[in-house]
Amino acid sequence: MSSDLIVFLVLSLVAIATAMGMLLSKNAVYSALFLVLNFVTVAIFYLLLGAPFIAMAQITVYAGAIMVLFLFVIMLLGAESLAPTDSLPWQKPLARLLSVVLAVEAAYLLLTRASSNLVVSMPDASLNSMDSLREMAMALFNSFLLPFEVTSILLLVALMGAIVLAHREKEAK
Amino acid sequence: MVPVNYYVILSAILFTIGALGVLSRRNPLIIFMSIELMLNSANLAFVAFASVYKTFSGQIFVFFVIAVAAAEVAVGLALIVEIFKAKKNINIDEMNSMKG
Repeated sequence: MSSDLIVFLVLSLVAIATAMGMLLSKNAVYSALFLVLNFVTVAIFYLLLGAPFIAMAQITVYAGAIMVLFLFVIMLLGAESLAPTDSLPWQKPLARLLSVVLAVEAAYLLLTRASSNLVVSMPDASLNSMDSLREMAMALFNSFLLPFEVTSILLLVALMGAIVLAHREKEAK
Repeated sequence: MVPVNYYVILSAILFTIGALGVLSRRNPLIIFMSIELMLNSANLAFVAFASVYKTFSGQIFVFFVIAVAAAEVAVGLALIVEIFKAKKNINIDEMNSMKG
């Protein structure tokens, strides 16, 4: 068993355990903290896959910005734990059944369709040079320039939407 | 040498956990977090295949997905705060009217 396979297995155990912890925690703050750990584990997977820029973007944007926003809203609303309701009692068993169906479907497709000869090798030292980042920037700003600009418009629209939503309650006072 | 199928299996497991969270939890904040988990598992599969085929396209797509997730969370959390202001609770079962 090679060393990167061991690293992969340990990290995937941590990733699945933190995802289950996110799902099963009664307290939403614990869920958010479990999810931060999950995002950090996925960032380490990105490093193993030779994508250091995406790994750092994952940590700064997801674990840094998005989850802080989540924690802020959870604590602002006092929504740590909601009282359980008994409306739609059939929903939980149905949800479990549907997710088992989804998992079986994914496993079936993986077992029947996936080709087994593709392997991920450890990234080599050339990734540490500036050249790989430069190559990615060239791809981003040449072949993906239009999606990049559309993303900037999307972020502007989201910014305006959030400001408009937050502004309306000020008028109501 | 890790087979890429292992990454796809991990991605499928994380996606299923996220889908189960969306379907079974009632707290809209946890539903949002589950959606983030599902986006993340898709990103993991993207980066794994980008690494196998030695191309940057997959990584750049992940970059866009991260930007979209950030925009989605900003608007979604603003909406949840607004709903909380209007209804004084954020139980998902009571968000059944459009008039606020």
